[in-house]
Amino acid sequence: MRYLAQRFVHSALLLFAVSIFSFAILQLAPGDFFTPISLNPQISAHTVASLRSQYGLDKPLPVRYEHWLRSVLRGDFGISFAYGTPVAPLLAVRARNTLLLTGTSLLLAWLLAIPFGIWSAAHRGKWSDRAGGIVTSSLLTVPDLVLFLALLLLAVRTGWFPTGGMMSAGFDDLSVAGKVKDLAIHLLLPALGLVLATLPPLVRHVRSAMIEVLEAPFVRAARAHGIPESRVLLRYALPVAANPLITLFGYSIAAMLSASLLVEMVLSWPGVGPLLVDAILAKDVYVVVGAVMLSSLFLVAGNLVADALLFATDPRIRTD
Amino acid sequence: MNPGPRSNSSQLEPLLRVSGLGKQYVRRRPFSRANIAVDAFHDVSLTVFPGRTLAVVGESGAGKSSLARCIALLERPTTGTIELAGTNLAALSRKALFSMRREVQLIFQDPSSALNPRLTAGEIIAEPLVIQGEGTNSQRRARALQLMEQVGLDPAWERKRPLELSGGQRQRLAIARALALGPHLLILDEALSNLDAANQTLILKLLTELQAAHALSFLHISHDLRLVSEFADEVAVMYEGRIVESKSTRNLFASPEHSYTRELLASVRSVESILFERSA
Amino acid sequence: MEALLQVRNLDVCYRGAGPSRHRAAQQVSFEIGEGEVLGLMGESGCGKTSIALALLGLLSEEQADISGSIQFRGEELLSKDRSSLRAIRGSGISLVFQEPELALSPVMKIRDQVAEVIHAHNDWKRERCRADAELALARVGFSDLQRISSAYPHQLSGGQRQRVVLAQALACKPALLIADEPAASLDARSQSEILALLRKLQRDLRISILLISHAPEVQASLADRLMVMANGRIVEQGPFEQLYRNPSHACTRAMLRTAVPASVAEDMDFEMVT
Repeated sequence: MRYLAQRFVHSALLLFAVSIFSFAILQLAPGDFFTPISLNPQISAHTVASLRSQYGLDKPLPVRYEHWLRSVLRGDFGISFAYGTPVAPLLAVRARNTLLLTGTSLLLAWLLAIPFGIWSAAHRGKWSDRAGGIVTSSLLTVPDLVLFLALLLLAVRTGWFPTGGMMSAGFDDLSVAGKVKDLAIHLLLPALGLVLATLPPLVRHVRSAMIEVLEAPFVRAARAHGIPESRVLLRYALPVAANPLITLFGYSIAAMLSASLLVEMVLSWPGVGPLLVDAILAKDVYVVVGAVMLSSLFLVAGNLVADALLFATDPRIRTD
Repeated sequence: MNPGPRSNSSQLEPLLRVSGLGKQYVRRRPFSRANIAVDAFHDVSLTVFPGRTLAVVGESGAGKSSLARCIALLERPTTGTIELAGTNLAALSRKALFSMRREVQLIFQDPSSALNPRLTAGEIIAEPLVIQGEGTNSQRRARALQLMEQVGLDPAWERKRPLELSGGQRQRLAIARALALGPHLLILDEALSNLDAANQTLILKLLTELQAAHALSFLHISHDLRLVSEFADEVAVMYEGRIVESKSTRNLFASPEHSYTRELLASVRSVESILFERSA
Repeated sequence: MEALLQVRNLDVCYRGAGPSRHRAAQQVSFEIGEGEVLGLMGESGCGKTSIALALLGLLSEEQADISGSIQFRGEELLSKDRSSLRAIRGSGISLVFQEPELALSPVMKIRDQVAEVIHAHNDWKRERCRADAELALARVGFSDLQRISSAYPHQLSGGQRQRVVLAQALACKPALLIADEPAASLDARSQSEILALLRKLQRDLRISILLISHAPEVQASLADRLMVMANGRIVEQGPFEQLYRNPSHACTRAMLRTAVPASVAEDMDFEMVT
């Protein structure tokens, strides 16, 4: 339990550092949210200055940061200049959408990677394994952007899939089943893109972890006792191969989040990605900080989950 | 193996003097508050005189390998001191320690994992010379060939890789490499355990010859009492991380004191006695 | 009466290019009768383990070329398909590998590991397999069954792990046990315990054993007959005591170390061999 407490403290400190960092970085570029307006000759400098002071943008950076920190501790994450609404609810909706997308993709990617990896390892060296290797290598070399654009092209050309967004126009009028179906069809392309983008390294790692375990003496001993090969794979090899793979799972969350930003932009999925990009360009500072911290939170939580999984599955760590 | 004239050891300075040596491994358990401290061994004191062999016997897991690594300067002990040729090792700077490594060499149980499979035999033997920056290329090569002959390896095998050699030959290669820098103390960590009977005898013979020729001292870690009886002058028995008994070989076999020693000895049987028992 | 195992002109040749192409066994022939212990000695790398692997069909076609005849209970093993071989492994012929700490899965409880072997050869429910597993563990001398059953391999000592591996091998009461260096990594005390255990089990279960060991003391404890191998060939075969007293081949002499150093033998108060 103490270990968990340590991790929590560590994570809190990390988030704190991330917030300072993103606050500061945003300041590096000259100007602020109101700079574009100030270029408009029809608005007087006086108006701009009073807007700035209204939002506290005329105060020095450390003061603003301290002010922000105090509000955060009260639960108030600030205001979005662009939307004019509080940051927290805005981010919450977007976060939910991103989680839906990345969560589904993560699950799908691993559900595909594990059987493919095991199967390749079991058929190592045969033509089927080699063919699989060529496919994953090719997929690996295609840049994510190209992949996502290709999917967009597919949607536009065939009309089978919506070209963006999360819901159709008449969403609220649909039945529950209809809503689910509608959501699914909008989710399909972005999820497919994410899965294809992150699958190759996963398959490779599962394959090599399995191959390494399959050559271990205890696997040979199990075969010598007449245990059927399928059981050897699942009950002997996989649990031991799981150890490095669980760590990989933590990393795959990070990779997935990175890729999700791009896919959300290209396929217009209303997640944190597009919001973050717009906010950066507009210097909507509280949105930026909030979004960055949110991503960090996802990452930290994911790794904590991976650690807990490792603890739960490997008796060598748990006992003794 | 039990030298007579050289037994005036009290007149000589000990080559190796270990006092109160202990090693603790601390491991942190994730998700718990426990910091587990495992004692590999504690309160170990032993002495090795020049030209003599001390054997350390005990169960696997009794801490013998840990002890070997500490004395070979591969790990730092948690407590106690190691004096090598009169020098206290704990007090040395890193640079001084580096040159001290020439004095002590370690030979491992499994030669296939102790030898770099990508190097040739000649390169393996010359490697310590390269690391310590000794001699030119041709000088190193000459020395390597000389060492190969000393350990009974055909110099024509200079370009062979370890995997092309048999188990016994690999151990000879490991010994040649250990001798490259002219150490005074060789630590054998179960070095004969993976060999079959014939090879064990041959390598033992080689080691005895080398000991006589170069006044080498051996610290022989083994779980095999029978081997020890043929080779060691003194024996220290290790049980659960401590030395429970330490005597000359003859005295140990003749009058063991500690109960564990007696158990160990009771299980060493000669083929003759086993056959006798079976026919009864 | 037909012997339990009859091997005739067995050739095992590892595939691969260059130095890895390698004739491990050449024209090896021997027999093991019911309840008999046949010892196999030889230099490391002389082909002993290869024979054990070949007997169990653990060498795939890609790995090695095997020819000759292996008759077990009158049936030719080399012409059997994979699933029949799998059925024999563990229940007809069992193998105990060297290095027991590596032969057990690090993430499975001891009882489950033994139960898996039982389950692989019997169509029983989980409960029955587990109960049988506990019996197998008791048979190899474990008294603290509760603790051992639910422990993991890393919580056991070397000698205990060796006994677990033995329990696995004997769980389905095979007719032939191949023991590859069963006492190699153990100290003298655990070694004599394991050998005593093997002797007892061999008598109680009437199993035959192919005992691979380079230690003469181990062979002396168990073997009725002995084969000595060198460079893939059998150079001498016969009753153990006969080979020990009258070795005809230099290899046999070297393997059996027929001379005990005089000085120590005196101290140990045993009969000496000159």
